[in-house]
Amino acid sequence: MKLDEFFVTGEPLIYGGMVSIVLVTSAAIFLLTYLKRWGWLWQEWLTTVDHKKIGIMYILSALAMLFRGGVDALMMRIQLTFPNMNFLGAQHYDEIFTTHGTVMIIFMAMPFLIGLMNIVVPLQIGARDFAFPFLNALSFWSFFFGAMLFNVSFVIGGSPDAGWTSYTPLAGAALSPGPGQNFYLLGLQLAGIGTLATGINLMVTILKMRAPGMKLFQMPIFTWSTLVTTFIIIFAFPILTVALALMTIDRIFGAQFFTLTGEGMPMMWANLFWMWGHPEVYIVILPAFGIFSEIIATFARKQLFGYKAMVWSMILIAGLSFLVWVHHFFTMGAGALVNSVFSVSTMLIAVPTGVKIFNWLATLYKSRIQITTAMLWALAFIPSFVMGGVTGVMLGMAAADYQFHNSYFLIAHFHYVLIAGTVFACFAGLVYWYPKMFGHKMNERIGKHSFWWFLIGFHVCFFPQHFVGLDGMPRRIFTIIPEWMPLNVISTVGAFGMGVGFVIFVYNIYYSWKNSPRETNGDAWDGRTLEWATPTPVPFYNFATVPKVSGLDAFLSMKKKGETTFDETKLEAIHMPSNTGRPFIMMGILFFASFALVFEWIGLAAVGLIGTLIMMGIRSFDYDEGYYVEVDEIKKIERTVRGL
Amino acid sequence: MEKNTKHLPVQHIIGFLLSIVLTLLAVWAALGSDLPVKWIIIAIMVLAVIQAGIQLFMFMHMTESASGGGHVPWNMMFHGFVLAAIVVAGSLFTMSFGFTHDHDGDHSGHGSHQEEQQMHD
Amino acid sequence: MSTQEWSTGPYEYRTQEGRMTILGFWIFLGAEVVLFSTLFATYAVLFGRTADAPLPGDLFEPGITLAMTFLLLTSSFTCGLAIHNMRAGSLKGLITWLIITLALGLGFLGFEIYEFVHYAHEGATLQSSAFWSAFFVLAGTHGVHVTLGIGWAVLLLIQLVQRGLNPVTSRKVFVVSLYWHFLDVIWIFIFTSVYLIGMVV
Repeated sequence: MKLDEFFVTGEPLIYGGMVSIVLVTSAAIFLLTYLKRWGWLWQEWLTTVDHKKIGIMYILSALAMLFRGGVDALMMRIQLTFPNMNFLGAQHYDEIFTTHGTVMIIFMAMPFLIGLMNIVVPLQIGARDFAFPFLNALSFWSFFFGAMLFNVSFVIGGSPDAGWTSYTPLAGAALSPGPGQNFYLLGLQLAGIGTLATGINLMVTILKMRAPGMKLFQMPIFTWSTLVTTFIIIFAFPILTVALALMTIDRIFGAQFFTLTGEGMPMMWANLFWMWGHPEVYIVILPAFGIFSEIIATFARKQLFGYKAMVWSMILIAGLSFLVWVHHFFTMGAGALVNSVFSVSTMLIAVPTGVKIFNWLATLYKSRIQITTAMLWALAFIPSFVMGGVTGVMLGMAAADYQFHNSYFLIAHFHYVLIAGTVFACFAGLVYWYPKMFGHKMNERIGKHSFWWFLIGFHVCFFPQHFVGLDGMPRRIFTIIPEWMPLNVISTVGAFGMGVGFVIFVYNIYYSWKNSPRETNGDAWDGRTLEWATPTPVPFYNFATVPKVSGLDAFLSMKKKGETTFDETKLEAIHMPSNTGRPFIMMGILFFASFALVFEWIGLAAVGLIGTLIMMGIRSFDYDEGYYVEVDEIKKIERTVRGL
Repeated sequence: MEKNTKHLPVQHIIGFLLSIVLTLLAVWAALGSDLPVKWIIIAIMVLAVIQAGIQLFMFMHMTESASGGGHVPWNMMFHGFVLAAIVVAGSLFTMSFGFTHDHDGDHSGHGSHQEEQQMHD
Repeated sequence: MSTQEWSTGPYEYRTQEGRMTILGFWIFLGAEVVLFSTLFATYAVLFGRTADAPLPGDLFEPGITLAMTFLLLTSSFTCGLAIHNMRAGSLKGLITWLIITLALGLGFLGFEIYEFVHYAHEGATLQSSAFWSAFFVLAGTHGVHVTLGIGWAVLLLIQLVQRGLNPVTSRKVFVVSLYWHFLDVIWIFIFTSVYLIGMVV
């Protein structure tokens, strides 16, 4: 293979990307060397098994991916502003809408939420870490290297260009030769390992590591949403694993699953993809529901209305999420019976979702609402998300879907649910739990600026797309006709508004780090659940003494009784897992194997795979049982952080 | 801890014998009997499910209370098999409707109605 | 991490860590059920799409299939005996039955490899048609699982010799036994819905 086939050439924007990658990497290497921080990076971060640090790494990576996906989005919006724009070529445009969708769903939304779960769930249930801390680190590195593999495609080998859904036969070897599509398949496969492992890990953590006395129906609602989400992850991700593997075997080893030759069945890919893909939608929305429920209860200063109904509606949504996948391809023409069945099941989902909406409203009803930044995101979520829900029911009607299908109406719909649901929740959750993570709040004034920019930008961007869609503008076209121009101009303006909101948000991180007053006690918002019972910064073992729980809103009753998580009479030595660099190394080797397989260098891929197996064998012989934190040390740490 | 070294693992032996009998029964039903094909398929699938149950309950101690796992193992297996049914039956239901092999008497190829593949989220 | 311990019951359940690991593995098996069911679904949908390649009914041989089934069934039984011995505190019995289990597993793999090579000679390969792609990937995924299970159990045998029976080694052996029985569960369905139905239809 020649060098100019290995690197992507001929696009000025991509040369710009290459230059900036080289600059940022050298700057990072220079800073780490200059400040002598390599040891710190390795010991504190790359080898950590602490759920709080892993969570922070998830969120930082997700913010970087949000930036990448956002830049893709802005480039698409520029190209679509006026008819016959010459900003992006057709090929480059195809690559960008593919990476935008994939990055945002797989490498932004999920890791962001999983990052929040990592930090918050053990704290909410009174646990000292995950059930399997080693596996948790492994999950993070598998996601991280998966994301890197996918992202490297735009400078090396070329990006995938068959859409984030990668329908066959277009995505097959005959019509998409070269490494681009392989990057998609293997990047997702690598990240998917970590997602499944996290699902199992979190489920065991929640089932087995709750504070004494905490029954399932006394868990904080975010923990409940996490438990339901892990259930979906465990049962949906294997389907993706298989679908990706089958297409990889098709492309690299010449099998005939989704091909047009050998009596293959291209639509079987769509079937499998959406069997995973629809539950995936709920994997990214249920945790968002949990986050909003926490925030609304905290800042309405009321117990969440209809706690049990909230839980059951989530369970029902999880069950239904596996029964609606065909609504993504009604126009395949499977026939009236098939479409009717899935049309009905689709509309059923509106029922439990409606229950949740009314519960949030009832929580807010007659309460003293504190308008904080986190609460603003939550309040904006309700009406915005309902709009997306209503268009969703419209799309769920099979007959009408033939009209909406593949148009900008659909684009508007799923951005209304994914941005107003998931992205708002990511911002809200980050703002809300920020003091727990970093020991200071984000600045409220700047936070509200960023909120208003983003919210208004969002509606200006996506509301017009409903109409331009009904006017016939299809998705995934790289140039528009003059009739669609006015609404597209508005849309682009809105997209830049969202961009400004994001920039202000990131600036706020810097500004607050410099200027925000440090937290003195751990309870930044007068919270209700156990995560606020820990001091800030949270000691690495979380709870010096684990409280006994006897009801909902455990911390609220602790505060009434004057209890803390530092009861000197009950202190015992705490068992903690040791740090290890093996997850990083193992996933690094698997990254190498996947990269080789992308270019179909089978020998090298086999070497990498054997290396991974050897790492697993080494792990099997590892009898490291962690270490104990002695009582005296706990006392010392607790007195320092509590200012006693 | 049961110190029953002398005891025969009765449950395992019964499970093993049952498995062999069920396997032979399935082979007979498929290759030796004169049942209609549809009934053969139903019968041998039922036998397979029974055999899977033997493995899970008699060999894998799925409901063993000493595990402290409560209903979780049973629950995950149950839902796993429900999902399996949805995935297999749902795929067959979705992918076979409207894709008859000889539509309009055209025998030229299978799945000739798949040209209209449109993308949709 | 929790350090709670119990002084009664089987070794593998005596530590909180052991209980959590076994529970986690059950959950993983739930995911494996769905993984295989996706392969079964693909096989079922692509059934009959043999293109120019031979038909399954012409290649499947009842004798070999039945031999493979009995090998794996017996290995599942001997694996159960191994755990029975482990719980009775007999390290020697555990190791003996585990080695017999692995030998039977290797026999199964030998037949499977022979079978695949034979089919390839008859013109049915991964590339020859959608049906055969689905067949080889479904049966092959099971075969890869068996191979990994053998490799994993060999590592555990070494650890058993090194360390004897304790809560950690017992837990590891118990988990591998769950895995092994589970592979038999999957094989029952492959045997029934691939081989038997393939020979009937």
